[in-house]
Amino acid sequence: MPSRRQFIKTGIAGGLLLAAAAVFQKQLDRMGKQALVAGNPLDPSLRTVVLAVAPVMLRGSFPVADPDRAAALERIAKGVALAVGALSAASQKEVSELFALLAFAPTRIAVAGVSASWDQASVADIEGFLRRWQESGVDLLKSGYQALHDLVLGAWYADSASWAAIGYPGPPSLGQS
Amino acid sequence: MIKDPYQEGLAKGWKVVDAARLETDRDDEADVVIVGSGAGGGIAAEILAKSGLRVIVVEEGPLRSSADFHMRESEAYPALYQESAARKTADKGINILQGRCVGGSTTVNWTSSFRTPPGTLDFWQRQFGLADYTPEALLPWFEMVERRLSIGAWPVPPNANNELLRTGASRLGIATQVIRRNVNGCWNLGYCGTGCPTNAKQSMLVTTLPAALELGATIYYGLRAERLTLAGDKVTGLECVAMDAAGIHPKATRVWLRAKHFVLAGGAIGSPALLLRSAAPDPSGQLGRRTFLHPTLVSSALMESVVDGHAGAPQSLYSDHFLDNLPIDGPLGYKLEAPPLHPVLFATTLQGFGEGHAALMKQFRNAQVLLALLRDGFNPASRGGQVRLRDDGTPLLDYPLDDVVWDGARRALLTMAEIQFAAGAKKVYAVHEECTGWDNWAAAKEGIARLPMKPLAMRVVSAHVMGGCAMGTDAGKSVVDPRGRHHQLGNLTVADGSLFPTSIGANPQQSVYGIVARNISALAASLTGTPAAPLA
Repeated sequence: MPSRRQFIKTGIAGGLLLAAAAVFQKQLDRMGKQALVAGNPLDPSLRTVVLAVAPVMLRGSFPVADPDRAAALERIAKGVALAVGALSAASQKEVSELFALLAFAPTRIAVAGVSASWDQASVADIEGFLRRWQESGVDLLKSGYQALHDLVLGAWYADSASWAAIGYPGPPSLGQS
Repeated sequence: MIKDPYQEGLAKGWKVVDAARLETDRDDEADVVIVGSGAGGGIAAEILAKSGLRVIVVEEGPLRSSADFHMRESEAYPALYQESAARKTADKGINILQGRCVGGSTTVNWTSSFRTPPGTLDFWQRQFGLADYTPEALLPWFEMVERRLSIGAWPVPPNANNELLRTGASRLGIATQVIRRNVNGCWNLGYCGTGCPTNAKQSMLVTTLPAALELGATIYYGLRAERLTLAGDKVTGLECVAMDAAGIHPKATRVWLRAKHFVLAGGAIGSPALLLRSAAPDPSGQLGRRTFLHPTLVSSALMESVVDGHAGAPQSLYSDHFLDNLPIDGPLGYKLEAPPLHPVLFATTLQGFGEGHAALMKQFRNAQVLLALLRDGFNPASRGGQVRLRDDGTPLLDYPLDDVVWDGARRALLTMAEIQFAAGAKKVYAVHEECTGWDNWAAAKEGIARLPMKPLAMRVVSAHVMGGCAMGTDAGKSVVDPRGRHHQLGNLTVADGSLFPTSIGANPQQSVYGIVARNISALAASLTGTPAAPLA
């Protein structure tokens, strides 16, 4: 399984940036480990990224005005954290590294290409990032996009609050109390 | 009130141990230890217990039963599936749906039951020396498991998602057939994949495992089989480690199991991985190799009227037209089926994000989806994947998506789109990152021809894992003999889909049931000196 170090190596095919990434290794490790603390549903890295990315990933479904939007942000952050917590230990590690890499400013800028902090980034910034990773020729970036895709969309549609909008009636009643 | 078989059984003293709750290490012993409680382990448990042998079954996943099955994806995927239904191949190019719970994949599969196709058996006879793998020799075993598991033709009309497969195919002169299902009193709800809430599905969870428990067998769940201890040509024990309550991280508590004989039924990723962790002899070099997946392509269509693919038996019709009319070892043929459509599975499988994705989701009730399962492992260039171990000892399947797969994928997408347009689709989407949908067959034909076939762009899924401990007569080319007995380890039998030297070319559950029933009956007879008790 590719480690974050390989992730960075492949993601930025340049010696200079590779050296820079090595400098950040310690900080990223610390963030990744923090995220792995069991039962930490509001890990700061994950929360920072999901609060920014989810409304763009879910554009067209995500509420645009408060208080619905604020409530939906809480639900999706919790939902993604729950989904991550259910993954295998190996996948949790990879996903935690992905969120750490996205949350950490130097790698956010260098690898994700988002210069503003996540809470300041515009919809266009975030959409551009998702699009670049989705269409990237680098498999690791593409798989990073797909992890975000599956986690955010999976958590959203796992939530019964999202079903009415797509006409899904939910599971049938078995007619027992 | 629907009765929960485990609540009742536990009340009367079934020996079922939750390893997460063990406070100290423990030793246990039986005549036979079975690793895994799915299709192979379940059948083995009942036959061996009925033959008077003391049996312990080890299951890594949790015990969940009908009272726990609420038809919710949010509960089912984390609890009942390997890696929360997000198990991926090494390059993440294929997402694998595989069960991990008491009953294994049979607890969550879609009930489709097929005898091993004669063409597959013929290939095995010719290529792997499996002389008694003839349809005639296996027939009594297939019939036995059909009786035991209520496998039969499904008499209820198909749901619209399946019916549209028949509509489109018949307009193109492509024959479809009715799928046989292992159900008894099915309510036609459509939630087989989240655990049957009515106990109608005749999975291992409600059939063979309760039967074995009634006969005094023990099931340990939440217990990972870590490694076999070996001495010369014998397995002397099995070291297991308890999982935490969430089933994700191993704890410090160990369980040491001893037995005369060990049966491996941890599935085609789990069984080779256990042998690899145990450093089992592998002179053929075939252990963990030739792992097959029926790589599956997905085509989603938008219909004029409501389809409601979430409701009704998930799979009830299929077509073998593109298997039967192609040479088995030529370009990959494919089986056509339809999947159940539930929000999480649908939303995560569909490509794209933002408004485009939201627009597709808003048409959820009008979506019709087809699957094409590629028959891998017969064409000499189709060599499948390889099970390796991560640093933490957990398995990782490396399955390269190569040209032989992509060639089949492109043809399969063409077929599905043509069928969907023939059935009246307004729009068809190949599940590919670059596909924005086509409005008619001519456009789809042109578009599919140009889709770049690359991992992570073309989405590929699998629900069938086979191979990795292939059987054969030649110990230099296979891992186990035609009865599943390990070529080098005298008291070890493999009894799951990892036996298969190729893919099956059909949903594999009944192949596992029938072949394991025969092999384990032979084992029971050799251990007891009397013929094995029949399953039914």
